[in-house]
Amino acid sequence: MIWFFLLSGLFLGWSLGANDAANVFGTAVGSRMVRFKTAACIASLFVILGAVFGGHGTTKTLTALGAVNAMAGSFTVALMAGVTVAFMTRTNLPVSTTQAIVGAIVGWNFFTHSSTDYNILGKIVATWVMSPLISALFAMALYLLFKKYLDKAPIHMLQRDAYTRAGLIVVGALGSYGLGANNIANVMGVFVSASPFSNIDLFGITTFHGTQQLFLLGALAIAVGIFTYSYRMMDTLGNVIFKLTPVLALIVVLAHSMVLLIFASKGLKVFMQSLHLPTLPLVPVSSSQAIIGAILGVGIIKGGRGVNYKLLGKIALGWILTPVVAAACTFVALFFVQNVFEQPVILKTTVPAEQRQEVNAENGNSPTATLPAEINQALGVKEMWSPIFHQPWDSSVYSPISRPAVFPKTESITDNRQIHHHPLKKREE
Amino acid sequence: MSLFFMKHKQLEAQIDEYYDVLIQGGLLFKQGIRFYLQGRLDEFETRLQELCAMEEKCDDLRRHIETSLYSHTLIPESRGDVLGLLESSDKVLNRIAETLMQISVEIPDIPDDLDPLYSDLAEYAIATVDGMVKAIRAYFRDLAMVRDNVNKVLFYRKETNKTAEKYKRAVFRRELRLSHKIHLRYFAYHVELIAEEAEDVCDRLSIATIKRYV
Repeated sequence: MIWFFLLSGLFLGWSLGANDAANVFGTAVGSRMVRFKTAACIASLFVILGAVFGGHGTTKTLTALGAVNAMAGSFTVALMAGVTVAFMTRTNLPVSTTQAIVGAIVGWNFFTHSSTDYNILGKIVATWVMSPLISALFAMALYLLFKKYLDKAPIHMLQRDAYTRAGLIVVGALGSYGLGANNIANVMGVFVSASPFSNIDLFGITTFHGTQQLFLLGALAIAVGIFTYSYRMMDTLGNVIFKLTPVLALIVVLAHSMVLLIFASKGLKVFMQSLHLPTLPLVPVSSSQAIIGAILGVGIIKGGRGVNYKLLGKIALGWILTPVVAAACTFVALFFVQNVFEQPVILKTTVPAEQRQEVNAENGNSPTATLPAEINQALGVKEMWSPIFHQPWDSSVYSPISRPAVFPKTESITDNRQIHHHPLKKREE
Repeated sequence: MSLFFMKHKQLEAQIDEYYDVLIQGGLLFKQGIRFYLQGRLDEFETRLQELCAMEEKCDDLRRHIETSLYSHTLIPESRGDVLGLLESSDKVLNRIAETLMQISVEIPDIPDDLDPLYSDLAEYAIATVDGMVKAIRAYFRDLAMVRDNVNKVLFYRKETNKTAEKYKRAVFRRELRLSHKIHLRYFAYHVELIAEEAEDVCDRLSIATIKRYV
């Protein structure tokens, strides 16, 4: 059953691969600078590497927005995000998987009466404005730099072509790594709280964590999406909003990759913190927004002529519609999953308030903190909570996912979603 | 990595070779005209043969470059411009060879006192071709130099026109048969066409250069 539920995440991964890989290699393939097969191989490899080794930071932000803790809930959220992406793609607009998944999670929060952390949501929504803006600024700065150097550098046209090709491949690989690191949270983030994988010890050298295995699976789905369906998108992207030359394509992809990486890099965040500088949140930003911001930046700095403003307006409308449509679809779909298919879409346990306060006081936590499942079970609370009807769920239809018995005393638990971080931490430790 | 750049370097060398041949063709033309005016017809014919061989070599090189550009999908954004430049440059060499061939076939009787003028005419026409080749080489390597070389071409093109006009006025103001005058004018006109072709290439080059800026 778990594997069936994961299918929706894989579907979302496939659509992300089909759509967003075009953002990274579309201009290179569309301008015939890089062959599709070469682009697909490089993109797949680096998406997998990025997802497995760099996907943690953004996932934490996404799970903090809404820890979808029941498999059926995760399934519905991912499925509706995927359906929204597919629907928006049909309208030929560069759709944002990030927006779709965030909208879907908020839809889940509304349906299950889980509190939405508006601070986190604000951060995420702010990046939807910030990432295209930062991308545009990066692209403008890079354009000026490239122009200053390339227009005066006595490099033969053919050598420049070779360097541009090499640059497109390197930057494409970087962008693919960024895409994997930043966007795997969109694909598999909702399944992290209910991951079916456990840690694998690799010859005592290192541990292949359960989350990494989950991300590897999601990354493989992205790779399949790249190979099977991204060619058409790659072939058409880059010439629609503003016609790009290979050098401009290099600038655009570089700016886009930098944006993806700065919003996914824990190392950069720590470095900025060490310098007491303001940090950027580790949030899954939309690669579509980043690439469009970069294209627009280059178009504007070149005088703004040739920019298809009408299409840009349509795209902006799509950016507003995507999260709203995803949230609405998820809300409706959750109703059906819960009430027609009788699958729990949220797992909650309740104990009397006095008892909870007592246990929390013993563990040094906030009196209102929700208790982890193990303690709830130890206290004899086993029922699942049905959010719509506000009555105990029939636990006979649902087999809860096993959780390790861990309850950190030092960490404050303020709501149910944070509980589900602990099993992961335990596994990773 | 060197393998990655190998086909680019090979093609770069071929393009350089193509324009080397074009420069040599111009030099052969000048030598051929000088030998013809001096009455050294055997040496003139040798130069003509060499020029024809060069024209063929140039055609082969051009075809090979065009095929490579397409088969390896090199410089996709400038490929059309480069192919256009190669083809129009080829027309310049064809015009040079054709002019020398016509002299060989029709053996125009140029009055001795007009020899220096006709020699100057050939000199200026080939100067436009030299400038054109330099401008094209700059297009590939150093865009800032294109403008300077194009300006030189325009200057020599005007000088060619002025010299051709002077030559034609001199021809038509002397006591010769009209058919002879027309025949002589025809050869000035042909040399003028060489400069005109070179100017057309430079016009095309100016547009291509604007497109190449980042």
